[in-house]
Amino acid sequence: MIPEVGNFLLIMAFINAIFLGTLSFYGAQTSHQGLIRFTTRAAVSIFVLVLASFICLTISFINNDFSVAYVANHSNSQLPVYYRISAVWGAHEGSLLLWVLILTGWMAAVAIFSKSLPKDLVARVLGVMGLVAVGFIAFTLFTSNPFERVLPFIPIDGADLNPLLQDFGLIVHPPMLYMGYVGFSVVFAFAIAGLLQGNLDHKWARWSRPWTTVAWIFMSLGIALGSWWAYYELGWGGWWFWDPVENASFMPWLAGTALIHSLAATEKRGVFKSWTVLLAILTFSLSLLGTFLVRSGVLTSVHSFANDPVRGRFILIFLGIVVGASLLVYALQSSKIRSKTNFGLYSRETALLFNNALLAVVTFMVLLGTLHPLIQEAFTGGKSSVGPPYFNLMFSIFMIPILILMPIGQQINWKQESLKPLLTKFWLWAISSFLLAIAIVVVLGDLQPMAIIGTTLGLWVLAGCAKYILGQAGKNASLTAGMKKISRSYWGMIVAHLGVAVTVLGVVLTSYFSLEKNIKIRQGETVQVEDFKVEFYDFKNTQGPNYISSAGSFRIYSDSEVLTELHPEKRKYNASRMVMTEADIDAGLFRDIYMVMGEPLEDGAWAVSVYYKPFVRWIWLGAIFMALGGVLAISDKRYREKRRLKKQNAAPSDGLAKAGSEEADNE
Amino acid sequence: MKQLISFLIMIASFQALAVIETYEFETEAQEQLYTEIIHELRCPKCQNQTIAESNAGLSEDLRFIVYQKVMDGETKRSILSYMQERYGDFVLYDPPVKPANYFLWFAPLAVFLIILIIVLAKVGRRKVTPEE
Repeated sequence: MIPEVGNFLLIMAFINAIFLGTLSFYGAQTSHQGLIRFTTRAAVSIFVLVLASFICLTISFINNDFSVAYVANHSNSQLPVYYRISAVWGAHEGSLLLWVLILTGWMAAVAIFSKSLPKDLVARVLGVMGLVAVGFIAFTLFTSNPFERVLPFIPIDGADLNPLLQDFGLIVHPPMLYMGYVGFSVVFAFAIAGLLQGNLDHKWARWSRPWTTVAWIFMSLGIALGSWWAYYELGWGGWWFWDPVENASFMPWLAGTALIHSLAATEKRGVFKSWTVLLAILTFSLSLLGTFLVRSGVLTSVHSFANDPVRGRFILIFLGIVVGASLLVYALQSSKIRSKTNFGLYSRETALLFNNALLAVVTFMVLLGTLHPLIQEAFTGGKSSVGPPYFNLMFSIFMIPILILMPIGQQINWKQESLKPLLTKFWLWAISSFLLAIAIVVVLGDLQPMAIIGTTLGLWVLAGCAKYILGQAGKNASLTAGMKKISRSYWGMIVAHLGVAVTVLGVVLTSYFSLEKNIKIRQGETVQVEDFKVEFYDFKNTQGPNYISSAGSFRIYSDSEVLTELHPEKRKYNASRMVMTEADIDAGLFRDIYMVMGEPLEDGAWAVSVYYKPFVRWIWLGAIFMALGGVLAISDKRYREKRRLKKQNAAPSDGLAKAGSEEADNE
Repeated sequence: MKQLISFLIMIASFQALAVIETYEFETEAQEQLYTEIIHELRCPKCQNQTIAESNAGLSEDLRFIVYQKVMDGETKRSILSYMQERYGDFVLYDPPVKPANYFLWFAPLAVFLIILIIVLAKVGRRKVTPEE
């Protein structure tokens, strides 16, 4: 019964979305107040319907209703209840429903938090999002319905959730990532609505900015979580593989990062308007392309969903319609956009222009590398591969200028500045970064030129942030007084850029100074591994909730001092008979020690891997800083001001509320 | 049935985890070369994995071949071209720089240079008016 209710609610949401996607445009065009009011209510009610439908699927999982095909294929009665809940989005159908839930959630949020915006604009924004929702709900209902039953032969037990996904990281990673992916639909909808209305002024940028930043925060955290999960769960110490599915999430993130910067320029100076709108369209298109790549199976990847050509075709057509229609709207309407161009070569505008150009080229490079094997196969029939060696090299080539420009870009004046005095302010910082980088590299290992360049760049960005804060302090009585003068949005920029520096240092130092050793070791034995000693002192078999575990116990010594004790495991899952390795990691701010159990060898010895990974935590720590920067930026005074004004005007008529928002905009 | 097969393939690809072999090397350089090479070769049978990560029998064999060749003192270039002759460009994660791959290797840089020239030409010549 419950699955049928869920299915029915989803159909109701579908019908509502069709109404929202059509009536909203008609209402906005004819200024029909009733229809305009309808859009906000429809947006909220669609969200409630999808939420209820999602809860129905969750109940089916909790109750082990194996008559539902999706539950039978991806759950098991032995599975602990929290994994039964996360199994809802453990595979294609359910994760698509989660996608729809999050999309309609963003839609409801726009409906609720946009009371101070012009009503017809909001109606159009919701209309665009409604059309996107129509596409995705249709995709769910017609090709990937999670509520389908297996009748009359109901399986006695389920096939189990993939053991790799039975993990905390995988409970939170997909929702975070989807919040980001789908979140970019808001700025996309604002762009299309603005184009349709034909008046894209700086207010458009102001309204879209916080939504874009929130989506970007989720996306940053989602990608970082995925990388962290791969690191501790897959058991070979890697944290980024340039796999097509990873690239699918990285491309919208790169484009979204560019978008955040160009939105800033558009809002503050009225420049690059046309490009910003195009970038908003492209960012969401890349999100959709990512969905296509992950779910169609055109690309072979380690973690793509099960392949089905029908699904691939559906989403490809949908992608074509969305991209085609929005580019058409852009082509027809963009001539009405008037940008200001009053800036010189040495100005913050140009710096942001280069930021955008470089990020766009990097996005293009990742896209090219991901699709090249496909294109080549289509034209020549030959199979080829593009992997980490290509991506690492190309990514570094374009990251170097981005990082060099970053400290200068955040301090150069808008409009125009003379170059010489600016550069003289920086040379001492540059030289100290270089010298400190050499010192760090000498401490960690050999003097490799690429390691020195990378470390210097990381420190250079760090120095840029320090210099900015000190510069503000110089204008004021004391450092604390100066720091208080810096607005939240500038703090956001500083902290996010600090995050970039931290991630860069983490990536460079881990890549160049990690140790990896496979050793043969018997119980009771001690083996020398580089500067460490590894002692294998115990071995145990234990029973887990739905698996049997074999764990070794090891002590790691540096000289004669015990650094840590590690207990890597092998797990055999009862339902799927799969054997999984569980690495054990001694995590630290400056280094991780990471151990993996291999197979037993002939003579009672075990094959064991030991990794020493300096600064690996910094990779994800940097992402946390970046997200924190985003949070600071959206907590800036001018957004809170708006909310306060809105509250004051909550009771009176629309006219007053509008005046309130106008006031907030003019500050 | 078809769905079941693709599901099994997916599971199989996930299963390939933590391959640990304990080959003995004479020098550190040999060990580094071996690690480097197995991380650049793609397993011809798997979804998208290097032979270093894959547990498939074929990857195991290929790792052994790489090990032998490293111990025989062969260079990286000769080992990679040995693999390329047998399994095609597909095994090389580092795509060779040849006409079919020129677009892949040079298009991003070309796009950037074009943007650079346009910006320098347009913005560089521009006169900035003092107040808007």
